[in-house]
Amino acid sequence: MKLWRIPLDSQTVQTPKGIVHILEDRCKGCGYCIEFCPKKVLQFSNRFNKKGYHPPEAMNEGDCVNCHFCEIICPEFAIYSMEDTRA
Amino acid sequence: MEPSARHMPHPLDDLLRVDRIPHIWCPGCGIGTVFSSCLTSMKSSGIDLAKTVMVSGIGCSGRGAGYVNLDSYHTTHGRALPFATGMKLANPELNVVVFSGDGDLFAIGGNHFIHAARRNIELTVVCVNNFNYGMTGGQVAATTPFLAKTTTTSLGNPDSPFNLPLLAFAAGATYVARWTVLHARELMGSIQEALLKKGFSFIEVLAPCPVNYGRRNKLSLLDTMRLYQQKTIIKNGASPTELDIDFSRGVVLGKFIDIQRPTCIESYDRTCRPQEIAEGKAA
Repeated sequence: MKLWRIPLDSQTVQTPKGIVHILEDRCKGCGYCIEFCPKKVLQFSNRFNKKGYHPPEAMNEGDCVNCHFCEIICPEFAIYSMEDTRA
Repeated sequence: MEPSARHMPHPLDDLLRVDRIPHIWCPGCGIGTVFSSCLTSMKSSGIDLAKTVMVSGIGCSGRGAGYVNLDSYHTTHGRALPFATGMKLANPELNVVVFSGDGDLFAIGGNHFIHAARRNIELTVVCVNNFNYGMTGGQVAATTPFLAKTTTTSLGNPDSPFNLPLLAFAAGATYVARWTVLHARELMGSIQEALLKKGFSFIEVLAPCPVNYGRRNKLSLLDTMRLYQQKTIIKNGASPTELDIDFSRGVVLGKFIDIQRPTCIESYDRTCRPQEIAEGKAA
């Protein structure tokens, strides 16, 4: 992310890391999560799900900041993010 | 449908009748987003979900009551508010959420809406406004914008649409807000406030209907969302008279009204049961 100045609290604030979980067979391929992900983590996959739609897949999974926007914009209850506790 | 073994269930699965998912709403339909915002707010507001009821009428959004894993009522066309009113008056402990569409609440159920707002019954009304009658094939509705094309207005809608927040305010609602599905985070905040509000709360949510309304107006699902992004102005506390839906000028979103006045049950008890209040029996 480009910043016009470094925030004063940048030393103390930790950017959260998230993992995107996709319930592929619920997806209807509307693409809202892909279009509106602020970090552009998702893209359409080449796979088909049971219903014949292309579900999203995470291409830059390390960029996810766990903002949950994909989870709240998804009309299908098909995607959610969880905090990455591995690090 | 069973979630795959690799994943845990979706965080809202406990509030969903998972056996009925995937739901019937079309790809890109905004109702799913409004519905999931509604469920998330119910969870995060801390209300007692065992005493929460969801009521919906007829239409695409009327299916909402069938997907929520709480007590829910799918009522006759336009009559979601009378059912909800009866439920609230019979059992004032309940939190009653009305989840329905613009056609159900404002066309066939318009009269019920103004009287529920006038009496200030403690309900939370979430109105999904998709600008047309989606389920029956995209006919013109009371909320279709001026000159918009629908199945029954192929030359463009000659009539002006309802300004729903103004109608709700004029009828006496104590909480009025409007958001779009793209403003899902603000929408969740509003629904949460409305659930905790003592009085009639009304939230209008603009939602894309890509298959019926969008197709006839050359708006793909992502075009509609971009319209919501670029042609909306957030103006909390705006006067309800300036809230007409005209995307060429820009549509005003926000929380417009948040006032207090005695609810139906309070006024009834004070007027008709003064003796019980004095003895501390009435609620």
